[in-house]
Amino acid sequence: MVDLPFAPPPPSPEAETLRQEVRAFLAETLADRTPSQRAERWSGHDAAFSRKVGAKGWIGMTWPKRYGGHERSALERYVVLEEMLAAGAPVSHHWIADRQSGALILRVGTDEQKETILPRIARGEAMFCIGMSEPDSGSDLAATRTRATKVQGGYVVNGTKVWTSGAHQADYMILFCRTGEGQRHEGTSQFLIDLRATSDIQIRPIRAMTGEHHFNEVVFTDTFLPETALLGREGDGWNQVTSELALERSGPERFLSSFLILTEMLRVLGPEPSERAAIAIGRLAAHIHTLRRMSRSVAGMLQNGDNPALQAALVKELGNSLEQEIPEIARQLVDCEPSLDSDDRFLATLSLITLHAPSFSLRGGTREIMRGMIARGLGLR
Amino acid sequence: MTESLIEATANRLFADHISTMLRAASEQGEFAAAAWREVEEAGLSRALVPEEAGGFGMPPAEALTILRIAGRHAVPLPLAETMAASWLLAGAGLNLPDGPLTLAPVTKGEALTLARHGAGWHLSGTATRIPWGRDAKSVAVLALHQGTPMVARLGPDGFAVTPGTNIAREPRDTLTIDALLAADAVAPAASGVDATAVRALGAAMRSLQMAGAMAALLDMTTQYALDRTQFGKPIAKFQAIQHNLAIIGAHQAAAGAAAIGAAEAVGEGLAMFPIAVGKIRTGEAAGLCAGLAHQIHGAIGFTQEHSLHFFTKRLLSWRNEFGNEVEWSLLLGRHLAAAGADRLWPEITEA
Repeated sequence: MVDLPFAPPPPSPEAETLRQEVRAFLAETLADRTPSQRAERWSGHDAAFSRKVGAKGWIGMTWPKRYGGHERSALERYVVLEEMLAAGAPVSHHWIADRQSGALILRVGTDEQKETILPRIARGEAMFCIGMSEPDSGSDLAATRTRATKVQGGYVVNGTKVWTSGAHQADYMILFCRTGEGQRHEGTSQFLIDLRATSDIQIRPIRAMTGEHHFNEVVFTDTFLPETALLGREGDGWNQVTSELALERSGPERFLSSFLILTEMLRVLGPEPSERAAIAIGRLAAHIHTLRRMSRSVAGMLQNGDNPALQAALVKELGNSLEQEIPEIARQLVDCEPSLDSDDRFLATLSLITLHAPSFSLRGGTREIMRGMIARGLGLR
Repeated sequence: MTESLIEATANRLFADHISTMLRAASEQGEFAAAAWREVEEAGLSRALVPEEAGGFGMPPAEALTILRIAGRHAVPLPLAETMAASWLLAGAGLNLPDGPLTLAPVTKGEALTLARHGAGWHLSGTATRIPWGRDAKSVAVLALHQGTPMVARLGPDGFAVTPGTNIAREPRDTLTIDALLAADAVAPAASGVDATAVRALGAAMRSLQMAGAMAALLDMTTQYALDRTQFGKPIAKFQAIQHNLAIIGAHQAAAGAAAIGAAEAVGEGLAMFPIAVGKIRTGEAAGLCAGLAHQIHGAIGFTQEHSLHFFTKRLLSWRNEFGNEVEWSLLLGRHLAAAGADRLWPEITEA
């Protein structure tokens, strides 16, 4: 019997208490944030905000206290994440580190790596970027060509990474590259690179079609990394990176990217919208409610130490389509011409997210890759 | 996930007693009496009844999982209807008759007239699209009397049946009712139970049945794609087929999650929000999954001989019963709009 199980999300009363605390914090801290700033969603960058979040104990929540963590549950962490997203909080300074880089370091890092870096992440001080994609290695991650060659006292890296979000602001990169011989998945490793302390790395902006600078091209030219930069076991890169990707895809950012449009649309339509508008609102809310349930089930799996890769792919598959559908529905319910310089809350939100929407089913693994993973889960490949 | 005792019982019972032949005979109008006796003897039809009224007293969410399993087996019996009718009757403190039961009215806007008649009652009116009306030993009727929701137990001699069916050829009959009922056949409905609550229970039940039928579709269609060879290889090896199966997988998973949410809501005083979500989400997934399952099965899936249609026809019927997606979306959308933009996120997280 083929099955794609989503266990009912475990109840978490302590998470609901926490939710009220997070809401109060966000209402106060984000009071001055403009609609366009909120519409940047988790791309929004504000290092001071991340330090405040860290001070509240809401980064590295599930990690051991000895590494600056707070030993709270994955369900509590989930509540913090979704409240941040629903409020349009500028989380990019800590988001990647909290979601995947820190978790990876915790799992495979040396004591020294854990002791020096995890507490800084938890304080909201250390920003991470992900060195995976390359010009000729996008969805096909195993085609990576960047290579670290063993030399006296360390490694020398040559190659180019692209679409590296936040590299120009980040303190660290986790690099995925070749270190050995063998086919495809073999002979790959990961490195923890201190971008502030490493020379011979060029970081160049790649502007998105929105005009914004989030992406970068990162070029390594005979870049020397000390031996201590190796993260995990040499040659074990593929296993490490696939478990990291499961975390990358597991969160509520995979279905809430357009949620702010819905909030602002409700404000425009008022308490008695047309029947057509009310039907659309009800339907979209039903989809979000269902995805939340599935996503909390994924959080329950993380809490139990289960691998959520397949369930995360299912949530992302459905969530990305919903995120892309919301602006399309909103523009048909509210007569408007999208404009990037509008200071109208609805228009500013709709316009920016409309431009971002094509990326929703690309970033973090394309729609086609997700469908392939689901097909594998069904035993088709 | 581990299977509960009731799930194991239902799975075994349906696997043993529900066959393609039985489903086909049911389409021809033959009531599956032997299978019904098994269901009744196992106590499944009274799973929503409290212990003191002769049920197991199991939590509603657990009792309703029986319907997901029934949907997975395309069980051609009035199990959901008997569970709902027993719940209504037991809630009102009325005796539970044996045999298959159904409930009335089920069509939006319809109401039956209940009036005092001597020491007893007079019930009259027309109720359309009553599931399994012709086979019911009794009908649990919800009707207002001076503004109070009352439950009446209506025997088969109290109504005339004009047969009708849905597109799965399940009975959906018109009942023409003109009955004198004894005093002990009518009582006030349980607290909080009114026409809206009955519609919500029906919607939750159809959501679970649909989620089960979609799980069966995923299973059948995956197996078919692995077995069927074209161009020298199983069609499961073609990316177009893999992606369509992935879409079925994703939507049936969402349908399953939403339906279980609706089942939990039945136990929480028939909470409207998650039940609306259940019916909206399963209803939308039903058409999509049925369409793709047929596409992957090709011509053979379109034949009477193949069993796919028992599942797809039910999905295409059930999504319109007890309120389609539009009815429930409108209800939910109006509720959210009235609550206002700043309450949208809290409404979603609290529901």
